[in-house]
Amino acid sequence: MPNVPPFVAPQPDRLLWQPATITAITRATPRVKIFTFRPADWPGFTAGQHVDLRLTAPDGYQAERSYSIASAPDATGTFDLAIDLIDDGEVSPFFHEVAEIGDTIEIRGPIGGHFVWRAEDGGPVLLIAGGSGLVPLMAMLRHRAEAAPDIPAALILSARTEDELIWRDELLQRDRDEPHFHLFATVTRETPRTPGIRHGRIDAALIEAALASLPAPPRTSFICGATPFVGAAADLALSAGLPFASIKAERYGG
Amino acid sequence: MATRGFTGRRPTDGIVERLPPGQYLTEDFPVLSAGPTPRVDLATWRFTVKDGVRPVASWSFDEFNQLPRTKLTRDIHCVTKWSKFNTAWSGVTIDDILAEAGIAAPSPFTLAHAYDGYSTNVPTDDLTNGKAMIATHFEGQPIPPNHGGPARLLVPHLYFWKSAKWVNGLQFTNRDEAGFWELRGYHMRGDPWQEQRFTGD
Ligand SMILES: Cc1cc2nc3c(=O)[nH]c(=O)nc-3n(C[C@H](O)[C@H](O)[C@H](O)COP(=O)(O)OP(=O)(O)OC[C@H]3O[C@@H](n4cnc5c(N)ncnc54)[C@H](O)[C@@H]3O)c2cc1C
Repeated sequence: MPNVPPFVAPQPDRLLWQPATITAITRATPRVKIFTFRPADWPGFTAGQHVDLRLTAPDGYQAERSYSIASAPDATGTFDLAIDLIDDGEVSPFFHEVAEIGDTIEIRGPIGGHFVWRAEDGGPVLLIAGGSGLVPLMAMLRHRAEAAPDIPAALILSARTEDELIWRDELLQRDRDEPHFHLFATVTRETPRTPGIRHGRIDAALIEAALASLPAPPRTSFICGATPFVGAAADLALSAGLPFASIKAERYGG
Repeated sequence: MATRGFTGRRPTDGIVERLPPGQYLTEDFPVLSAGPTPRVDLATWRFTVKDGVRPVASWSFDEFNQLPRTKLTRDIHCVTKWSKFNTAWSGVTIDDILAEAGIAAPSPFTLAHAYDGYSTNVPTDDLTNGKAMIATHFEGQPIPPNHGGPARLLVPHLYFWKSAKWVNGLQFTNRDEAGFWELRGYHMRGDPWQEQRFTGD
């Protein structure tokens, strides 16, 4: 039986709702916008954690959703979220069509003590993301680059098209510049134009290629994305021989 | 505090009363777990009841399937915000498990243990008097592995992480000992109607 992983992110006694101001909005892909939030009181976070957002209608009706933090832990007092547009959704279209710089949104967090990685946790690390499942893994990669660039890491990333690869240029740049980081990006619905980006779904061969880029088997693997994606990728990781307890998953729904 | 420009997609009458705060209705059956789906072998599957560290009863899968069966159709609520109505389960109630083990619930707290190494704590009162079961079937079929088969705990009136997948035992404890998610900031009881998502809620 697997052991409970050793590190548990510190948990507050109480998670309070608080206002956070949107201080920047940028478009990352045709379907993803990045929002920078400045909460009134921000204790910082561990890469991999998420926040809950709560929207309130004039009559008091509320909707809540979870969003992972994309930025690296830092001292700015802000954090970034990357929100994917779900066409028939309730909350993500609000962020895409209504939210503006200067708006105040209720948040609480950071949340989550399992799907987290700190430089002290060591490596190698294998990251596997589908679509916006990249978000918490991006926080880990950015944290790693700042705090522990010698820790070997590989990212397997799947998106429908090249234009839908969030942080595509940053990731290609990191792949070129960071000797201990390797990117294995693949697109499923078009023939890629950029050399090095593959075509097709994540399969056993791609997992093998990523594992071969690491000097040792991963200490931890993080898998994130829509629920069917995570199920399939986690099964591939198990079939590749990775120990059950070394695989952490975050499922977004869908 | 109203959010500028937010009106929301209002659930209709008949739905809204059944949705706890912060939840939305889904027709799908999303999956939540912290890792991959474990491969559980029915030939070696066992379910064990313990009083503290002492085992008091244990069943193989075949033996477990001989225990009295009950159906339970309930709304379920996941802490990741989705709710699903009228989910139909069958299995063995915790009352029947205790009766078959020949004991009364020995202590006020219970830890459910699972094949993937995880655990969750539930007050014993939330398990007894027909409130909870070890479910083996969902909508008439064996529960699929990604939804916790061959057997999962079902405590439908609490957030669904309490309904531990791939369950292999119940352990009665004298203290309320935090399980896997509870150690990671999730609530010790998890009543969706009181929105007990996190410690301190
Ligand atoms: C821990 C956690 C972290 C998350 N982090 C992020 C993040 O960083 N970025 C992000 O964009 N989303 C993230 N999500 C998903 C997010 O919480 C919402 O579920 C998503 O934005 C859809 O909300 P909505 O109100 O727009 O759609 P809803 O009104 O909730 O749903 C509309 C329809 O879309 C389907 N659907 C819901 N979510 C998805 C999905 N992810 N993919 C495909 N179909 C879906 C629903 O089943 C439903 O049929 C995260 C979820 C969790 C649990």
